[in-house]
Amino acid sequence: MMNDKYEVTIGLEVHCEVKTNTKMFSPSPNNYNETPNENISEVDMGFPGILPIANMEAVKKSIMMAMALNCKLPNYMYFDRKNYYYPDLPKGYQITQATEPVGVNGYINVYVNDEVKKIDIHDIHLEEDTASLDHYETYSLIDYNRSGIPLLETVTEPCIHSADEALAFLDSLRRIFLYTGISEARTDRGQMRCDVNISLAPKNSEKLGTKVEMKNINSFSNVKDAILYEIKRQSEILDEGGTIIMETRRYDDTTCKTYRMREKVEGVDYKYYVEPNIPPYKITDKLINELREKLPMLQFDRIQKYMKDYELSLYDASILTKNIETALYFEEVISKGIDPKMAANWINTRILGHVNKEEISINDCTFTTDDLVELITYINKGTISSKQAKDVFYKCIDENKKPSVVIKENNMEQITNTDEILSVIKEVINENMELALSYDPKKGRTVDFFVGQIMKKTRGKANPKAAMDLIKEELMKLKDKS
Amino acid sequence: MSYLDLSISEMKKAIDEGKVTPTSLAKESFERAHKYQKDINSFVTLTEKNALNQLENLDSVEDNPLKGIPYALKDNFSTKGILSTASSNILKDYVPFFNATSVNKLYSKGAILIGKTVLDELAMGGTGTTGHTGPVKNPWDKSRLIGGSSAGSASSVAAGIVPFSIGSDTGDSIRKPAAYGGIVGYKPTYGLVSRFGLFAFASSLDHVGCFTRNVSDVAYVIDAIKGKDEKDMTSLPDDNIKFSEHLDGNVKGKKLFYLKEIVNRDNYKDSMDEELDEILNNFDEIIDKCKNLGMEVEEVDFDKEILKAIFPTYITISCAEATSNNSNLTGIPFGPRSKGKSIDEVMFNSRTEGFSELIKRRFVLGSYILQKENQEKLFLNAGRIRRIIVEKMTELFKEYDGMILPASGSIAPTFRSETIDKLSDRYLLLENHMAIGNFGGFPSITIPCGFVKNMPIGLSITSGVKKDLDVLNIAYALESTMNYKNQIAGGVNDER
Repeated sequence: MMNDKYEVTIGLEVHCEVKTNTKMFSPSPNNYNETPNENISEVDMGFPGILPIANMEAVKKSIMMAMALNCKLPNYMYFDRKNYYYPDLPKGYQITQATEPVGVNGYINVYVNDEVKKIDIHDIHLEEDTASLDHYETYSLIDYNRSGIPLLETVTEPCIHSADEALAFLDSLRRIFLYTGISEARTDRGQMRCDVNISLAPKNSEKLGTKVEMKNINSFSNVKDAILYEIKRQSEILDEGGTIIMETRRYDDTTCKTYRMREKVEGVDYKYYVEPNIPPYKITDKLINELREKLPMLQFDRIQKYMKDYELSLYDASILTKNIETALYFEEVISKGIDPKMAANWINTRILGHVNKEEISINDCTFTTDDLVELITYINKGTISSKQAKDVFYKCIDENKKPSVVIKENNMEQITNTDEILSVIKEVINENMELALSYDPKKGRTVDFFVGQIMKKTRGKANPKAAMDLIKEELMKLKDKS
Repeated sequence: MSYLDLSISEMKKAIDEGKVTPTSLAKESFERAHKYQKDINSFVTLTEKNALNQLENLDSVEDNPLKGIPYALKDNFSTKGILSTASSNILKDYVPFFNATSVNKLYSKGAILIGKTVLDELAMGGTGTTGHTGPVKNPWDKSRLIGGSSAGSASSVAAGIVPFSIGSDTGDSIRKPAAYGGIVGYKPTYGLVSRFGLFAFASSLDHVGCFTRNVSDVAYVIDAIKGKDEKDMTSLPDDNIKFSEHLDGNVKGKKLFYLKEIVNRDNYKDSMDEELDEILNNFDEIIDKCKNLGMEVEEVDFDKEILKAIFPTYITISCAEATSNNSNLTGIPFGPRSKGKSIDEVMFNSRTEGFSELIKRRFVLGSYILQKENQEKLFLNAGRIRRIIVEKMTELFKEYDGMILPASGSIAPTFRSETIDKLSDRYLLLENHMAIGNFGGFPSITIPCGFVKNMPIGLSITSGVKKDLDVLNIAYALESTMNYKNQIAGGVNDER
């Protein structure tokens, strides 16, 4: 903990755009568009006479996310209006969920460094995004492309106590969105944005300190920097006997500081009421079961499984489970009888190294799970050495060939046949009889020399372990004879 | 006699027989519209060019009962390329780029749009006097109003400019002006006609409906515009029943009721006048007519205090929803934009300049009602009263085929009428019960049923959800016992 004097309490509100074909309440396309005001219709612009049509794909995905966050689901899907005036809100109200969010009282477990931390979820609700505004000196520009894009807002309890915990949660949440395909969760496109509520109180104090809100932070590293800056700023104020003002602050990533936006008026009244144009939608057991089947095992559960069932380290398990594609790749490989640790090593070093360098998905990697199974089988059989396997792997990638083809073409099969190796051993002993006769088992150098000679004669194809075992045997026989 | 004075089916027959053309009907319709505009002020916009266009392309329209029939449309429906003001300054230059679903349907049927009609600003009001282009007058007596909010849609049909018009009904905005205008006004079951493109006033109460001069014409119009709409989640699934094919007037054995508290003379001892006396007498005659048709009519008790709560409940819910629904009128994405130093100031000034005082008052009310500290006491309690009424009515509609009541306790007021005491029993009971139809989404009609002081009065018939055909059949049967079918103000009827 970076702060000994004060207990830091953080709550997060994370907005994440839901991946759907069309917008939350209109048939306009929901895709990223650089050209302003192209993905729009009368509904997104709040023209008189428009009515919302709830996007069932988004509704289902929101229910799935609520399940992923272990939330309690409502019996019916309701929407409410949140009334306020702002130019980015063309209807003058946002359709959201206030009285019956799609999920309440949930939690997820996350790894913070090496420890498991439970993060409580207050609620998750489905709503529509607002338009985006660009302010210039004498005018402002409005882009309605974003207006009406389905948005899931996840609100944590104030149960986070450090920047690391906040980051671990955000990362886990993002992984859930990606695992389930609910969102692309790209921060660079503003698809995932975060509000941070933070307060400091003296250690062991029963009461929470005064809450400061930081709105719309658009990258995880900025969330971390903003939290660290606020902890420092608020600590300094408290150290000097000052008081924290309840306010909304803006984080500036060029100066890495937060700036006051406005004093927070206690409880802005959004005059919520039930959206009358969307009839309540029953969340049936059938629907719940259908969606539950679509929900994959998530990262945290996979890490636990990998550690318990496959005895992998937390580190390896974490890397393997960062995205579902890698996890499924790994699971496919081990389902074909490959040792999990060996598979993990190969995937985490060679394959992910390649995939990350090329910035591709493991699914687009030409080296398939079958290829890895084949390669590891060759190693296990002693056909090739581990060192050779690396070369085979890169040749497979470069030449887009199967391991068996590469091994054959390059004449790489190891000599494991004892008779074949023994005939070479005979040759090298005869050539170095003097040294062979002076063999002392306590000194390794003689053996090393002979193994080197064997490898030279077989052009590296002799299995080194077999060669070593056999030469020791032969040298001992010679010694016993003499 | 002009062909324009006929019912829709007679007009269509005349077209088919070559006695009259859609073009000449439209021409006469425009002539009347222009002629009466100064006196009655039915229209915000007359759509001559658009009508010519429609008439030119009429051959491509499949034959149907509305092909070539002129009609008028309330100016709170979105019409592509045609000014749509909702009779408010805040939309005085607004030309939409999309059509309301019902408008699209009428285009596809070849009904000829004659013009966009005046309403109470943003459909909020019951007098027809608050539109930004001035008050609408009653064609029967120009010193009287026709009521609202669908004032111009009512007056254009009552004056014989068009055989039918489209309106919207949130409290009784079609049915009350229909009663004051001596014509038929219909509000179908909630969801039967799509609301897409109707400028929202109070979404949970808003209905699209129509004005005609007889009951079968209602069936033709609703047949043309009803149906499931992918753009309106509250629209009902298609039933593929054509109302016009099931109107037989066979009501023998149907059971009707009326609410005792509404027509009980004892409730109006202090406010009884000749007008109300005649209206209640007329209602007694209607009951006899119903019985003569073979229907049973029973008196039903309903908690008077709850009935008196209809108006405050309506005001509470409708103002709250209206405040939110009209928050899009900021001058930013569309409509006239006022000047301002910042975006906030632009929105602020646009709204300050765009709305009349009356509207602002409703918004302030709505905003107050929705405030966190008031929601429970006002908004949610209003919702509870609404539910109590709807549940009780739903129970009654299981037992009865329909409810009949006088549409109003008075004839159309004059422009100089004294302000009504909105806390009096007479106002609360007699002038607001038709909002029950909006609370429950019940189908409800008013038909002309007599004259008091030479002004038309109306009868209200309401039934349970999706029992539109019952309402229409009862109305159809009763209509046949009276002499007000197809009447046009200033003309045809002897009784005037």
